[in-house]
Amino acid sequence: MENIITNKSQNENQEAESAPDKISETVYNSIFSRFFLETASIAMFTGRFFKEAFKPPYEFNELLKQSFSIGYKSLPLVSITGFIIGLVLTIQTRPTLAKFGAESWAPGMVAVSLIREIGPVITALIFAGKVGSGIGAELASMNVTEQIDAMQVSCSNPFKYLVVTRVLAATLMLPLLVIYSDAVGLLGSFVGVNLKGSVSLHLFMTQIFHSLEFYDMYPAFLKTFFFGFSIGIVGCYKGYNSNKGTEGVGKAANSAVVFASLMVFLIDMIAVQITSLFQK
Amino acid sequence: MADDTSVKPNTDDKQNDIAVIEMEHLKKSFETNQVLRDINMKVYKGENLVILGKSGTGKSVLIKCIVGLIDYDAGKLVIFGKDVAEQNQKELIEIRKRIGFLFQNSALYDSMTVRENLEFPLKRQLKKTPKDEIDKLVKEALDNVGLADTIDKMPSELSGGMRKRLGLARTLILKPEIMLYDEPTTGLDPITSREISKLIQEVQTKYDTSSIIITHDIECAKLTASRIVVLKDGICAAEGSYAELENSTDEWIKSFFFIINLDKFYERVIWKKELRIKSDWEYLLP
Repeated sequence: MENIITNKSQNENQEAESAPDKISETVYNSIFSRFFLETASIAMFTGRFFKEAFKPPYEFNELLKQSFSIGYKSLPLVSITGFIIGLVLTIQTRPTLAKFGAESWAPGMVAVSLIREIGPVITALIFAGKVGSGIGAELASMNVTEQIDAMQVSCSNPFKYLVVTRVLAATLMLPLLVIYSDAVGLLGSFVGVNLKGSVSLHLFMTQIFHSLEFYDMYPAFLKTFFFGFSIGIVGCYKGYNSNKGTEGVGKAANSAVVFASLMVFLIDMIAVQITSLFQK
Repeated sequence: MADDTSVKPNTDDKQNDIAVIEMEHLKKSFETNQVLRDINMKVYKGENLVILGKSGTGKSVLIKCIVGLIDYDAGKLVIFGKDVAEQNQKELIEIRKRIGFLFQNSALYDSMTVRENLEFPLKRQLKKTPKDEIDKLVKEALDNVGLADTIDKMPSELSGGMRKRLGLARTLILKPEIMLYDEPTTGLDPITSREISKLIQEVQTKYDTSSIIITHDIECAKLTASRIVVLKDGICAAEGSYAELENSTDEWIKSFFFIINLDKFYERVIWKKELRIKSDWEYLLP
């Protein structure tokens, strides 16, 4: 009898001990399985994008409309952030350089950091916040109101019309916005330099081009295509596959920004590693 | 089909008994929830088939299976004499081109004007049609639903009834042979509901379409139905004309019609205080 009671209590103890393990195992499995399922799903979505993008008919009018909406309408935001970054970077760098008597290096330093890293990344993050969330919310809202189903029923291809055009527009517009943002940032830097001194535009530009090499520019420019593509794909994926219901719209917009921003950092890290491989 | 409630369908509107849609043992589940358990149904050429049933009985799922928005799990679905399961993607698209679908909330494209909403399916299906011809078709479609003066408006500027009519115009512009209506009168006041029901009837007469109308609105069913099928727990529980089902001896069918009539009565009293109370009571009575 005693043995039976002891065995019983041992079993109960074992069950009690294994319960948290089971929960953590379930949570662990569900998080990992969800992560892999989501990754596979995005990969399939991207695969479908490439399949549809090269297959006629092409939606040129919609592509132009989206490029205008995604690119041109982002200009004010990109201008303000670019200018402020250039200005602040110069003002912050100046005292440190002054300690070493190297104030004249400020334009070159700001230009290198702005063009190589800060300009593309900050513009991409602003782009992810504005465009990524916009695409996510718009497509999710179309999903909720059955507009995507309506396109499918009328034998149109909603993926081609909605997704391909938006992803292409995002991929093509972000590099242009980054170039523009870099230019505005340098203008901000010029203003910053002249706040406590007097440097002519000619001297400022000469110092910049002295410090910059072609090698500083093209990897930074190339990676912006990948930033734009990932922001477009993530925004479209989240919106196109959102849950039905108004809650789904908010979730799609939110997760589009979070994932797109994360992708920007991830791609940046990979791009820096690849660039450093080819650096002398 | 429940034996005691099955009655022979009214064949007045059927043309030579040609079935345009045939469903045999159609099944559909969402995870553990079996929505369509065993659907056997035929839709004949030129008839308006109304599907009634409580919420969650799979009415909308059924028509979404027909149009290909949802894949069914098992059974046989034959449209225009072709088994859907045996068709390739191109053939399915050709079948779907002949089917129109009016969504519950009209599903108008928010970012497009009324004109662009109508042009959207036209430009994609009639690719080589000249612009003049497209303009003519758009104006004709809007005239048919009485919305000619809204051509440059945005959908957000239209009322619920106008949005429904525009949705109908967008569907009809491609001249479908089968029309599927998903709760066409939901969310509309009784007067607009009646207008939409009459429009559905007119569409059937003018374009000689075969239609499936999913509705909770008993007045809509009364006005439009050639035949009614009642869904219960994922199967066809009863079939017949409006009069036949209303006079059914089956308790569930009787209660179903009574509850719907009663709901509609209250709705009318709340929505349309200007109606004569006599006409409302008339409505409630069989």
